[in-house]
Amino acid sequence: MFEGWDAVVLARAQFAFTMSFHIVFPAFSIGLASYLAVLEALWLWTGREVFINLFNYWLKIFAVAFGMGVVSGIVMSYQFGTNWAVFSDKAGPVIGPLMAYEVLTAFFLEAGFLGVMLFGLERVGHKLHFLATLMVAIGTLMSAFWILSANSWMQTPAGYAVNADGQFVAVDWLKVIFNPSFPYRLVHMVLAAYLTTALVVGAVGAFHLLRDAHLAGPRVMFSMAMWMATLVAPIQIIAGDRHGLNTLEHQPVKIMAMEGHFQSHPNGAPLVLFGLPDEAEAKVKYAIEIPKLGSLVLKHSFDAPLAGLDTVPRENWPPVPITFWSFRIMVGMGLLMVALGLFSLWTRWRGTLYETRLLHIFALAMGPAGFIAVLAGWFTTETGRQPFTVYGLLRTADSASPLAAPAVGSSLLAFVIVYFIVYAAGLTYLFRLMAAPPHPGEEGPSGEKPTRAAGITPAAGVVAEGSAT
Amino acid sequence: MTAAIDIATVWAFIIAFAVFVYVVMDGFDLGLGILYPLFPNKSDRDLIMNSVAPVWDGNETWLVLGGGGLMAAFPLAYAVLMPALYTPVIAMLIGLIFRGVAFEFRWRTTQRENRWDIAFAGGSLLAALAQGIALGAILQGVHVEGRQYAGGWWDWLTPFSILTGLALVVGYALLGATWLVMKTEGELRDKAYHLSWWLLFAMLGAIVAVSIATPFLHVQYTQRWFAWPNIILTAPVPVAVAVVTAMLLRALSDKQDYRPFFLSLALFALSYAGLGISMWPYIVPQSITIWQAASPENSQVFMLIGVAVLIPLILGYTAWAYWVFRGKVRPESGYH
Ligand code: HDD
Ligand code: HEM
Ligand code: HEM
Repeated sequence: MFEGWDAVVLARAQFAFTMSFHIVFPAFSIGLASYLAVLEALWLWTGREVFINLFNYWLKIFAVAFGMGVVSGIVMSYQFGTNWAVFSDKAGPVIGPLMAYEVLTAFFLEAGFLGVMLFGLERVGHKLHFLATLMVAIGTLMSAFWILSANSWMQTPAGYAVNADGQFVAVDWLKVIFNPSFPYRLVHMVLAAYLTTALVVGAVGAFHLLRDAHLAGPRVMFSMAMWMATLVAPIQIIAGDRHGLNTLEHQPVKIMAMEGHFQSHPNGAPLVLFGLPDEAEAKVKYAIEIPKLGSLVLKHSFDAPLAGLDTVPRENWPPVPITFWSFRIMVGMGLLMVALGLFSLWTRWRGTLYETRLLHIFALAMGPAGFIAVLAGWFTTETGRQPFTVYGLLRTADSASPLAAPAVGSSLLAFVIVYFIVYAAGLTYLFRLMAAPPHPGEEGPSGEKPTRAAGITPAAGVVAEGSAT
Repeated sequence: MTAAIDIATVWAFIIAFAVFVYVVMDGFDLGLGILYPLFPNKSDRDLIMNSVAPVWDGNETWLVLGGGGLMAAFPLAYAVLMPALYTPVIAMLIGLIFRGVAFEFRWRTTQRENRWDIAFAGGSLLAALAQGIALGAILQGVHVEGRQYAGGWWDWLTPFSILTGLALVVGYALLGATWLVMKTEGELRDKAYHLSWWLLFAMLGAIVAVSIATPFLHVQYTQRWFAWPNIILTAPVPVAVAVVTAMLLRALSDKQDYRPFFLSLALFALSYAGLGISMWPYIVPQSITIWQAASPENSQVFMLIGVAVLIPLILGYTAWAYWVFRGKVRPESGYH
């Protein structure tokens, strides 16, 4: 099996596949951990029962999602060695310490306090328990900090030298960590995680409000989620714009691919809204474009010249169609999120936030929008970096392990099968938990308050067991 | 250069420490999974699972530190070993996936036959076997050319690596059984005593078999253990194994609660020390030493600062988490 395939292509497919499954969970658990900390703080502060009910409700969901994030993350940390051995040898001295710091400052913190967060409320008391929740939330953010620093260094390497063995070595660690694209990527990703979570929480709230607009829990969570969408979505667009300008400075070829600029435009580039990029003919077919707007967005001037892919040797082109399309999907999702925020603001002002069915249906439909935008964003970023792993310095084709295609292909196949079994089951359980509304006296994962018999709550059985389980 | 040599040695010990902590901590988690089929009762299984549910994730994190630390401190070794151990590593990851999700999923299914119990047991067994095989494959040595692995993706498969695979399964099962002795009561604990007894003999057999087989792999191993004056330093290891075994047998027949577990840990520590004696100073046996594989001094120093500050902290809050969930597990706490 897999004889005659290209081992590097298979390794790339494997990285893209396993990473895409992984990132869905961090995006959700980073946001949810912070949301849980907020809910617990509100409960400790106001003493209102609805907050502890919501806390316990989302805590069970968090436990499942976090577990899936952990197991898929372990796979990622070994992927570098198994499939990208040459990359690990060459970039290990720089990337490795960043990831080691991630383990030391983030993973241990999350894992160490997770047990107390999930099962310890009655054992350690409220204050210590809140501390545990906070530590888990901080841990997820630290994790984003280090891994995004590592990824950003691969996009915009800085503070390094190359030694006699051809390895990258750090000259200035601060420059390595705070490399040029890192601040933008960190802000953009953390906001993305918060938005993703807000949209899921909002969708679950909307789902229950559609059935019964008087439920206390769904009302609170829906309102909180809509505030997040209203406030954060516009900030995200501004952050994204800044991020793009930074990319134009450091990775101009990526921007050319994102914008579909095959030709150079000496006096003002158009903004291509849609079209079909054709690499063979080096043009965007059926393009719908607005003249000069591209230069305005990227250079803040109508007539600013912009170079196109015709200035770049073909072997250095990223895959244009994927970069082009995934970017548009992300931006489209961002605009829809802003629309949702504005709509909710309008109903809030009119006092019909909990009654407007159209808003609830919209919010429900937007439940997966954050995940779609996150995946699309990463596809833009990562394919736009091609054909390099360390931008401009180390080619993807020269990064792979000395393995034959059958080895890489078989492991890819194994991951595909395993992930589909495990994730189908996991999603079924998540949907089932979300399908039941939070109720008074909601119990945590340990079922500690109030004590009850083994098994799930009857109401949670609404969704039938998926065929995959 | 002397400073670089020293710090590479320090890092070799740090990585060895992380791997050891992983082996014993996740060892008893995986051991519980391996023993799972022997406890068909649902209430027993619930209790077994709950005895580690609050701590398993922290235990597994040491594996990430071992792997990530290896990449950071000895990138060349990571780059050579991972492709060489390709199949066992992938198998281990898949085993860990099934085992890890089972902790959550088994409480969420509505089916009577709980398939996640099978996932828990099967995943634990697969992960343990794969880790043992990987260990054997490293001891055997791998084919290196230049800075790369130059063998095939089935080179690891030999009778010796299968032997070490099985040995680790037995060892983990012993840790799991003695953990149960410590954490449970009544019939469950009686059964765990019984199992510990048999597993101890199996583990001794495994230690002896691996010890006999190892010197045949390379003359260097033989010289390391038996040549004068090394033998002064190496001879105490088997003696200590015998002493610990005797104490463990005592503790089991006296039905002690805590001792069997900690003595099993001591047995692991001794076996591990034996491994270290065989391997030193190679990180890829007989081809790459720790100094050849070491990343530049400034990378190692940069991380050493973090390790020096953070590892004590981590050990501190990990200990706290164990303390919070100390004592015997009761049916009414933990997952439901
Ligand atoms: C922006 C955030 C982000 C990104 C880009 C990544 N991760 Fe991740 N990862 C997390 C955010 C995160 C997290 C929030 O910390 C997780 C998710 C859920 C969880 O359990 O922790 C996690 C879990 C997690 C774990 C398990 C930790 C544990 O045992 O508790 C490992 C080993 C990795 N990741 C490794 C990686 C690697 C090697 C990545 C890149 C190739 C990667 N992650 C990308
Ligand atoms: C978090 C979400 C991420 C997603 C969704 C993602 C997605 C992808 C995709 C789609 C590819 C294949 C690109 C192609 O071959 O065209 C890829 C490759 C790769 N990514 Fe990422 N990535 C993510 C994060 C990271 C991080 C954090 C790192 C490193 C610290 C990283 C390192 C790599 C490497 C080494 C490759 C393989 C070589 C290559 O094809 O460039 N990625 N990723
Ligand atoms: C609507 C306006 C948006 C703009 C202009 C924008 C801009 C960008 C740009 C230019 C990149 C690529 C940067 C690079 O590779 O160098 C990017 C990546 C990304 N975007 Fe967006 N974005 C927008 C909305 C969103 C939304 C709504 C989300 C998620 C909720 C999102 C999530 C991401 C993620 C996860 C990445 C990859 C990581 C990174 O490079 O930061 N984006 N975005």
